[in-house]
Amino acid sequence: MAILLGTIGLGIKSLWLHPMRSILTVLGIFIGVASVIWLLAISKGIGDEAQRQIESLGADTIMIRTVKPPSEKMSSQGLTPYGLTREEYDMLVATVPTVKSAIPIREMRRQFQFKNRKLDGRLVGCTPEYADVTKLEIVSGHFLSDAENFSRDCHCVLSARVAERLFPFEDPVGQRIYMPENQDFYLVVGVLKPKGATAAIGGSMAAQDFSNDVYIPIQTLQQRIGDTVMTMRSGSREGEIIELNQITLRCSDVSEVKKTAELVQAALSSHEKMEDISVVVPLELLEQARTTRAMFMLFMGMIAAISLLVGGIGIMNIMLATVTERTREIGIRRALGAKRRDIVRQFLVETSVLSLTGGILGILFGLFCSPAVDLAREFATAWFPKQMADLPEVVRVVKPSIVPESIPGAFFISLAVGLIFGIYPAMRAAKMNPIEALRHE
Amino acid sequence: MQDAFTTEGYACRVVDLKKEYVLKSETVRALRGVTFDVPTGDYVAIMGPSGSGKSTLLNMLGCLDKPTSGSLWLGHDDVAKMTDDQLAEIRSQRIGFVFQSYNLIQQLTVVENIQVPLFYQGKALTAAQKNRSIDLAKMVGLGDRLGHRPTQLSGGQQQRVAIARSLVNDPYFILADEPTGNLDSRTTEEILQTFERLNNEGRTVILVTHEDEVSKRAKRVVRLKDGRLQWDKINEQQLRDEAARYAIDNMPVEV
Ligand SMILES: Nc1ncnc2c1ncn2[C@@H]1O[C@H](COP(=O)(O)OP(=O)(O)OP(=O)(O)O)[C@@H](O)[C@H]1O
Ligand SMILES: [Mg+2]
Repeated sequence: MAILLGTIGLGIKSLWLHPMRSILTVLGIFIGVASVIWLLAISKGIGDEAQRQIESLGADTIMIRTVKPPSEKMSSQGLTPYGLTREEYDMLVATVPTVKSAIPIREMRRQFQFKNRKLDGRLVGCTPEYADVTKLEIVSGHFLSDAENFSRDCHCVLSARVAERLFPFEDPVGQRIYMPENQDFYLVVGVLKPKGATAAIGGSMAAQDFSNDVYIPIQTLQQRIGDTVMTMRSGSREGEIIELNQITLRCSDVSEVKKTAELVQAALSSHEKMEDISVVVPLELLEQARTTRAMFMLFMGMIAAISLLVGGIGIMNIMLATVTERTREIGIRRALGAKRRDIVRQFLVETSVLSLTGGILGILFGLFCSPAVDLAREFATAWFPKQMADLPEVVRVVKPSIVPESIPGAFFISLAVGLIFGIYPAMRAAKMNPIEALRHE
Repeated sequence: MQDAFTTEGYACRVVDLKKEYVLKSETVRALRGVTFDVPTGDYVAIMGPSGSGKSTLLNMLGCLDKPTSGSLWLGHDDVAKMTDDQLAEIRSQRIGFVFQSYNLIQQLTVVENIQVPLFYQGKALTAAQKNRSIDLAKMVGLGDRLGHRPTQLSGGQQQRVAIARSLVNDPYFILADEPTGNLDSRTTEEILQTFERLNNEGRTVILVTHEDEVSKRAKRVVRLKDGRLQWDKINEQQLRDEAARYAIDNMPVEV
């Protein structure tokens, strides 16, 4: 032990003969180790966010969405009805045994008004279970009830942003909002908590943004608005005839999800020709996301590993130079009784000191990943607000999360780099004939 | 003859020692069969023309190299048959080497340099060993320079550190390859006096030299030629004393 400490002390002394050179070598390993930890932490942060978004869809649910069919499948005259029907909804509820609950959903773009304030948003017709499945939380009032749905009341629940925009001063609950397209008033019975977007589901859809939603009972919507919806868009009229935009099925257990999805797909096979529905299984997305994340982290890890490799080559380079430079010293030591393995040990200790110093500093710096990213983001937002706003959502919100295994991993990898890249120079040093080494100038 | 062979009373015994260097185009026969004994307490100067094999012989005595054939008895062992690691072991335990170019380790202090052979004995230094290395530094007159580095010392001082280092492991003998070759006559005298003192204390000294003035100070001169022993003679005490007096009388005056 004392011998090893002595060797380490000696190693540090020898390295300190060329401080600049040693520091640069340490820097190589430092960057390698820090980037391993950083890249893994950032990719884990991105993966976690994606997973969170998918999880918020509910792992035990299956979503069947109506999608607009390709234009060649629509008749050129008049409007073609397409998508999910109420009949299919009843059929699924009645025939698929593993379905615990089912929610029919109809959505459309609408304008909402209160006094002189206007807001364009999304009108969602749904049943009371909707709040539960999509994890909506009420801050005041209540969410839609079965009774309100059944008696087709003109009641609505506002999302946080709609409430804030239309009712900046007054309490929305108990007020009536106006929908000019239908010339109808709706009584506000509840307001929701703000909620982040969920994952994008299905090919054509963007991430679901709940921020501008107004919820009404689906029965009310069906009675007062109907299936045919005309909208004015940039001067031209557009229309669609859709009974339901989405059916969300909830299975009795997560293990039933895949079987149920197959059953549902079979039951709705008549839509295959029209290509007007898509079945989304969040569980599958979740599994996909996990694989993607693993791949992503592996990829990032490899990039980081390359920088470690470069650091290792730096060590080898320095040590080879050192061996040549210290040939005479090696000769002296051999002449005074050092065995070959003593010389090997001395050089390996030196490379390990270099790589471990870099490794430990890299780990310490790696631990600051999260605050550093936050700080960088703050500065970037302050100085380049425009460019920041254009960045994809994940980049703007990512919270790096340090992979715990990467800390001991990085430590041992840097030790291994020191040993692996040190062994060749060390062997070369030890192989020298002491007499010839002594003659070296 | 073989049964009567003893190592008792000898620092080393060399029997028909041969060394060949096999090169690509030729084989260099550096030593072609050298036989001689060094009794404990002897002071031997090895002389001979350049290329006669002096350094080769000394390296062999110092266990830095293995002979091609023959035997070399140190203590009770024939080191000619030893492995690389065993030779290293002997170097750290029982060999003291002094080189022409001092060969101190630059990043170590005077005491640390003196301790290097002990370091390779594989055990942590004892307090006694540490004290001994300090005593040795004092003995060669560097007691006030223990923490200095080689670059801060003169050539003569460095060579005295090397001598102290050669003594730290209580060696069979001190081997010195042209120890005064890089030094002026005043410093040479210092070093020679140190050797003389050590020899008077019972140490065996074997040194290689080109200079008659140096060889005259030894008890015995061995001359090599073309890898063979040319002659081996004893220096009379009178000759040694005269040489010592001559050296002191002709010392350049300090300006
Ligand atoms: N490693 C080697 N490879 C080949 N030949 C060698 C080697 N070492 C020494 N020799 C040869 O062996 C012979 C003896 O060399 P050595 O160094 O012992 O001479 P020396 O008596 O010490 O000479 P000098 O007085 O110049 O130091 C020389 O011919 C030399 O060229
Ligand atoms: Mg020589």
